[in-house]
Amino acid sequence: MVKKIGPLDIYNYLPKTNCGECGEKTCMAFASQLIERAVKLEDCPTLMKPNFAGMYRHLEEMLAPSVKEVVIGVGDSAIKIGGEEVIFRHELTYFNQTAIALDVHDEMKDDELLERVKYVNDFRFKRIGEDLTLDLIAIRSTSNDPERFAQCVSKVSDEAKKPLVLCSWSPSVLEAGLQIVGDQRPLIYAATKDTWEEVGRLAVKYSCPVAAFADDDMAELKSVANALGSMGIEDIVLDPGSHVEGKYFSNTLGNFVASRRAAILNKDVGYPLLGIPATVWLSEEGVETAFKEVMIAATMIDKYADLIILHTPEIWALLPIITLRQNVYTDPRKPVAVDAGLRRFGDPDENSPVLMTTNFALTYYTVASDLESAGIDCYLLVIDTDGLGVQSSVAGGQLDAFKAKEAIKKSGIEDKLKHRKIIIPGFSARISGDLEMQSGWEVLVGPRDSSSIGEFIEKKWS
Amino acid sequence: MVKVVHHIKGRKYLYEHYRVGDKVKCDYIGPVGDRSYATKSTFAPHVSPHKIETELVFQKQLAPTFDLTKLRDMLEKVEELELENVDMIAGELEFVLPAVSAVKRVAVERAEYRDLDFEIPLADFPGQIGEVELGATKANGGTRKNVIKVGGEKTMPFYHFEARNPHKPVIAYDVFDTKINLAGPVRKHFEDVLEDPAEWAKRCVKKYDADMVTIHLISTDPAIKGTSAREAAKTVEDILQAVKVPIIIGGSGNPDKDPEVLEKAAEVAEGERCIINSASMNLDYKRVAKACLDHGHVVLSWTQLDINDQKTLNKHLLELGIKREDMIMDPTTAALGYGLEYSFSIMERIRLAALKGDKDLQMPISSGTTNAWGAREAWMKTPEWGDREKRGPLWEAVTALTLCLAGSDLFMMMNPTAVQLFEDTVESLCGFREVEPLDVKDWIGMR
Ligand code: B12
Ligand code: SF4
Repeated sequence: MVKKIGPLDIYNYLPKTNCGECGEKTCMAFASQLIERAVKLEDCPTLMKPNFAGMYRHLEEMLAPSVKEVVIGVGDSAIKIGGEEVIFRHELTYFNQTAIALDVHDEMKDDELLERVKYVNDFRFKRIGEDLTLDLIAIRSTSNDPERFAQCVSKVSDEAKKPLVLCSWSPSVLEAGLQIVGDQRPLIYAATKDTWEEVGRLAVKYSCPVAAFADDDMAELKSVANALGSMGIEDIVLDPGSHVEGKYFSNTLGNFVASRRAAILNKDVGYPLLGIPATVWLSEEGVETAFKEVMIAATMIDKYADLIILHTPEIWALLPIITLRQNVYTDPRKPVAVDAGLRRFGDPDENSPVLMTTNFALTYYTVASDLESAGIDCYLLVIDTDGLGVQSSVAGGQLDAFKAKEAIKKSGIEDKLKHRKIIIPGFSARISGDLEMQSGWEVLVGPRDSSSIGEFIEKKWS
Repeated sequence: MVKVVHHIKGRKYLYEHYRVGDKVKCDYIGPVGDRSYATKSTFAPHVSPHKIETELVFQKQLAPTFDLTKLRDMLEKVEELELENVDMIAGELEFVLPAVSAVKRVAVERAEYRDLDFEIPLADFPGQIGEVELGATKANGGTRKNVIKVGGEKTMPFYHFEARNPHKPVIAYDVFDTKINLAGPVRKHFEDVLEDPAEWAKRCVKKYDADMVTIHLISTDPAIKGTSAREAAKTVEDILQAVKVPIIIGGSGNPDKDPEVLEKAAEVAEGERCIINSASMNLDYKRVAKACLDHGHVVLSWTQLDINDQKTLNKHLLELGIKREDMIMDPTTAALGYGLEYSFSIMERIRLAALKGDKDLQMPISSGTTNAWGAREAWMKTPEWGDREKRGPLWEAVTALTLCLAGSDLFMMMNPTAVQLFEDTVESLCGFREVEPLDVKDWIGMR
């Protein structure tokens, strides 16, 4: 097993002046932050001087993540995958969330094709203040005809605002696609034991990342990746074969786990992993199959896939997938909180309702979106509960009557209003009496779920 | 390191060549005259050494006869080298501009395919999870028709390359002792039995083939109906009559009432080896533990998303005389989208600690997966989110699957579609579902 790099190992190559220009107090602190990837080498100006070039390069090698970070696409829509350093998210954090591609093929009717491309372009689901999106379009060559593929790629790329994955087992079909979009850094899928040299040459010629494929054979997959590496290619993605049918699914999971373990513990074939839940459609069709595809995608997101290719565009199927991805890839090192303080919704006046909530991002954004969709003009007082939700903060004491009272006074809301009436979350009912006493305000206990705030205000606010 | 000034198309560019192991790297520094460091622009020209004195041929793709030693020797002798008539064959622009390049490192060997071995780094886990038997048949003093085993793991779930874990995850259907508000997609399956817990339990077993059933005695909460412990115990007896699968008995969550209710329930279910849900820090867990010891039940040790709390409570229960084989723990399930990551990581941490040998955490894990229905994305009728009849079950199934992968063994669930989906996936992952293997390469050609 390869030894994990510690701050001291890094420190040895830093300037050791403790000048503080990087924003950290000492070089040692900077070293720890480098490991956490909270800062970059470039943040130390001394290290950027010519006489430190050797040290810089050495550090760069040391800090290179165990799983190579691979960029697909160019410009704003480019997607980074891999770059991972730990097996379990609680050991540090996962860095680049699983990218999601939706597939199209080169025998689709034009309108269908463009509709799907547009769907991926425009897909946006707002959750906890974050836009959850689909990230890439995978173009499969079902025709196996270079010309047809080139035409399809050209149509897609005219419309697409997302990076592409070009999929064919035939190097000449791939090349036809690359002639159109080779300058856009698509992912080339895929090089095999038989085609690595030709496909590898395309990857070199067009400077594109390339997927290595071997069917449920990790030794072969490693050999293909290694062969590509021998051509000087570094941006490789691994597809160990997505067997999602019956018991073979467990082999696939095993390969994903084995690959990630080898990358992190042995620094062996440290490349991002590609999973293809879409293969489920090889055997069946219908709602059942879409359900299964979601379960497969979920397994792959939980266990190390850095990129997945999906077939189902249904929103009810995508919603659990993108939500899971958001969960698994949140940084466990920091609570997701928003700034505390007074917010305005719509156009409130001196008679408008005042509501209270906590600064846990999930709580705040849930409430905010409910207020927006109900179209209420009101004030929302966001209390600093150390980033905890209503229930947890009431249970843990981060939200109590005193704190709520202080927040009311400090917010200056009293100058803006004619009334002294506040709506608190249903789950914080137990502070209502105390809050009335301490603040002198009238306290209305709102519903437990903020989705019915609209109704509540209509009925109870006058 | 050797500095090289290349003259390319009438301009001068400075490069540095240096060695990394047995490779030569070449960094683009910047146009001569401007000494600012362009840092991220390492690229790798392929150099043909026999031409070095007269011209350098940079070829992006081909690495012909490349004698590294010779080049190195040559380069080592000079401090600075001026080259003229550099002939760039391919990709001039990429060469000069620090573009992100797929080709970063010099290929020292010829491009070749070698058959390599792949070694899976195996974890050497000294610990094993306790194996817990649920339900008792006639032979063991009960009236259940079968016994279910959970736990016994030697590695993380489905890591067959390392070890085979002995048991498949188990699913228990939730039944409540009084009519409650259920999300539409759940309610429709039980609409007509919501007021009859025994019928409800039968529905789960007969129609949906439940492994187990949980009876939640929520009506005992004074804030709901305040049903007496005696009456609640009667419900438990009805359930034991109605179905012959192992059962779980749950309280209302009211810390003042639960010990009494669970005590009575444990008494009437004596010998059946039920799970008593639950002993927790916020109630008199000693009473609950004693009832389990006295009447031969398994105790569920429940804490809230805190690994240290879980360890502490387990320890207390062990000290009270509960054996590891008579204990299951529930570190709390947060739903998909509502803190699932907390449950996921806490379960992973618990399971890893147990496998590494922490005896206070070597119990099977249980998940209240039904919490998934608390998520608005599961139940709300919102057309933009798609059909909730599909979305809801998926919400529950994905919550279950994720926690299963983190180490959970037992799942309390509600929606039959979710259960079915989860069960199918788990069967596959266990390696039980026999099917014809497919050629996955065909996926590209799917129409
Ligand atoms: C995730 C979670 C945690 C996370 C906290 C994450 C965070 N940043 O908040 C962690 C692990 C840290 C945690 C810790 C604890 N937790 Co906790 N936790 C949960 C869990 C699983 C989900 C909570 C959640 O995020 N809900 C989603 C958010 C959006 O909900 P919300 O903030 O309440 O907002 C909703 C409503 O309140 C309402 N609303 C919000 N604002 C407003 C405003 C108005 C005007 C209105 C009308 C409505 C409204 O609408 C929102 C959307 O529905 C719940 C169980 C569950 N499934 O609900 C337990 C739960 C909340 N935790 C609980 C407990 C006891 C604790 C601990 C005390 C336990 C411990 N181990 O020590 C600690 C306390 C920590 C502390 N305060 O120091 C209990 C609370 C019991 C109670 N009723 O008092 C719960 C219910 C678990 C349980 N069943 O016992 N917890
Ligand atoms: S800027 Fe560089 S030299 Fe100065 S303290 Fe930070 S790491 Fe050390």
